[in-house]
Amino acid sequence: MEVFITSAIKVAGYSAILFVLAIFVFLLTEGLPAIREVSLSVLLSQRWYPIEGYYGILPLLFGTLLVTIGAALIAVPVGVGTAIYIAEVSPRWAREILKPLVEIMAGVPSVVLGFIGIIVLASTLRQVLSLPTGLTAFAGSLLLGAISIPTIVSVAEDALDAVPRSYRDAALALGATRWQTIWKVTLPAARSGVITAVMLGIGRAIGETMTVMMVTGNAPVMPTGLSSLFEPARTMTATIAAEMGEVATDSTHYHVLFLIGIILFLISLSVNLTASAVLLRQRKRTERILS
Amino acid sequence: MNKFVLENLHVKYSDGVEALKGVSLEIPAKSITVLFGPAGGGKSTLLRTLNRLNDLSDVTEVSGRVAMFNSDSSATDLLNPRLDVIALRRRVAMVFARPIVLPMTIRENLTYGLTLAGERSTIRLHEAVERSLQQAALWDEVKDRLDEPAISLSGGQQQRLCLARSLALDPEVILLDEPTSGLDPISTTKVEASLQEIKMNYTVILVPHSIQQAARTADQAAFILQGQLIEQADGKELFLNPRDKRTQDYIEGRFG
Amino acid sequence: MASTTKTNSARRNSIQTIGFSGLTLLAILTVLPILFIVVYIFVKGISAISVEFLTGFPSNGMRSGGIWPAILGTVLLTFGTAICAVPIGIAAAIYLSEYAPDNRWTRLIRISIVNLAGIPSVVYGLFGLGIFVLSLQMGTSILAASLTLGIMTLPVVISTSEEALRAVPQSFRVVSRSLGGTQWQAIRRIVLPQSVSGILTGVILGLERAAGETAPILFTGAAFYLPTLPSSALDETMALPYHLYVISTQVPGMPSDIQFGTALVLLVLVLGLNLLATIIRSRARRRRMW
Repeated sequence: MEVFITSAIKVAGYSAILFVLAIFVFLLTEGLPAIREVSLSVLLSQRWYPIEGYYGILPLLFGTLLVTIGAALIAVPVGVGTAIYIAEVSPRWAREILKPLVEIMAGVPSVVLGFIGIIVLASTLRQVLSLPTGLTAFAGSLLLGAISIPTIVSVAEDALDAVPRSYRDAALALGATRWQTIWKVTLPAARSGVITAVMLGIGRAIGETMTVMMVTGNAPVMPTGLSSLFEPARTMTATIAAEMGEVATDSTHYHVLFLIGIILFLISLSVNLTASAVLLRQRKRTERILS
Repeated sequence: MNKFVLENLHVKYSDGVEALKGVSLEIPAKSITVLFGPAGGGKSTLLRTLNRLNDLSDVTEVSGRVAMFNSDSSATDLLNPRLDVIALRRRVAMVFARPIVLPMTIRENLTYGLTLAGERSTIRLHEAVERSLQQAALWDEVKDRLDEPAISLSGGQQQRLCLARSLALDPEVILLDEPTSGLDPISTTKVEASLQEIKMNYTVILVPHSIQQAARTADQAAFILQGQLIEQADGKELFLNPRDKRTQDYIEGRFG
Repeated sequence: MASTTKTNSARRNSIQTIGFSGLTLLAILTVLPILFIVVYIFVKGISAISVEFLTGFPSNGMRSGGIWPAILGTVLLTFGTAICAVPIGIAAAIYLSEYAPDNRWTRLIRISIVNLAGIPSVVYGLFGLGIFVLSLQMGTSILAASLTLGIMTLPVVISTSEEALRAVPQSFRVVSRSLGGTQWQAIRRIVLPQSVSGILTGVILGLERAAGETAPILFTGAAFYLPTLPSSALDETMALPYHLYVISTQVPGMPSDIQFGTALVLLVLVLGLNLLATIIRSRARRRRMW
């Protein structure tokens, strides 16, 4: 009996490896045919218009890049700042309010954010910035920022919390102000955790689908610079979500959408591998210091 | 009559530390044997060899011979890798340095070991509860609150509960690893008093938390220093007339 | 000399004051949107909530009537997700916390879990479409969608459950072994009962995410509109998040109170799960016997 339970538990333990492999292999078998069916010069062109056989993924790639950069510009300072505030500055009562609110924010479904984006944000942006439409990359960036902030805050705050009390005490005892202690001692000591937080936050933004699909206007045009933030754009995730429902199984279009899925998978893989490598190195160093 | 005979016992941990470096020792049955010496000398490792609890830590090398004698005077090889350690641990019970009561009621703590072994009879379980609490001199204090959480007891009571929990299994041997290190003097006296009762029927091996306790309780005493047995003798003899200079220095408080 | 030190420290203090105010501002910036969103949806959506809205079918091209099929669908999908993710997730957590040796393979498992957590939800949708809907011929169904959501939820369940299991003091396990118990007996009789509320918290937080997801069910089981309720796990179903997407982007002339009402119901469902998890967690902390 116990042998049976133990083996079942072991199999379940290894299931995560199995699922990651299964997902990757499956994406490959469905997505790689696209490379045979569509020439590389078409795939790397700037025109995405599948009905007429234009499968240029560059506008989607850069659409994702544009929206994500915009989101990072918002989320990184706000998220890291909030984490510092919660971990180092805030009075106890403020922390008790902030932490659950951040948790709630992480739980709000992305489709609800998208809905608010359409109803409130887009029209406000259109009026305030006098744009032809509020459904722009910038609207996407704002909402993606809101989506990545909770991730950044909670991971960065954990990292700051993990810095030993004695570091701060030592700095304060040497006459540093709390502000100097934060910048010269605590933040550097928590550096890798904060970097991980930022990476994971950006990773979330890249992978987010519904919100961007609802508010970015979904025009697959090649961005020309940061000014394109104020024009409609379309991301890789939104393209899959918007078009997968209407394609014929095993058609070229179907294969190309899976190819985009492979790209997204590889991006998230590299973000997470780097993040866990950074964390692992940090943990080893902490262990060395503490032992 | 001996309960255990150890010959040239070596124990090495995965980090390369050799905790025991060839210990040979005879432990008589139905008496209190005290293993004393400075911290980190291998006393706990030795105790944990006797109920194979070392299997759970990262011990990499064990060599030598450890025999436990059964009631029919046959011997069990305790280093046998195929030994039924579950059965062994029911015969060789252990009390730890801190009182580790399990997160359940007093009664459930006491019956835990027996139910693990499959005992279902409420009558036999209750008999074991009362007998073990009597033996650990705790019955009068807790008999009316057996179904309260064990954590509600005082520290001293908790440790006696742990002793009772071991006794509930009706083992042959009780191992105690500094059982009174966290207790107040009154609780310590109670534990020591019950050990004097218990030794009539059980083999007791005690790592004391002070030399005074060693001297108070020992029928047999063994001085262990840096993984080696320095000397072993009748209790009072060792403390009154140590033969080895190091034993003498330690007893007189020159190190450790 | 003394006066320089004094002005210097005054300057340092004012820098600190400015800096702290800046950080406070950033924290306010973080929480204002969420407060706004919750309050706004509540205020604008509460008027739509009625018994008919919660228990009725959509009518008139979804422009009137209720959202019962979507509510029921989300509840069914959430249960389905739980059935798929919870047994494997808890077993995997037990493996990692109690059995796994510290070696290469265990590190690979941990890396896989981190990556599984990071895969975009729409990629899960692709995977579910390819493997469950098409290859295994489940069709777009509650079953296929639940399996997809289940795999997506797995990493949350595993990591939170493992944390709960590890929080149980190691000494309990040693004591249980020393009393002649097997490793499984220690897990079954002490570790699991002591970590059950922590595990439950993790499971609910995982399900909270699954209940609000749209992308993974887009092509695996969510239906635009259905006139009847699903009768088996192989039927499609409406679902709240997808329904909100549909009525806020795909249906012209949609009355806004129905949109806000739907958003409110979804928000209450999801935040209700969050609240439940918080309550279980804090009650367990208070009742803990160690």
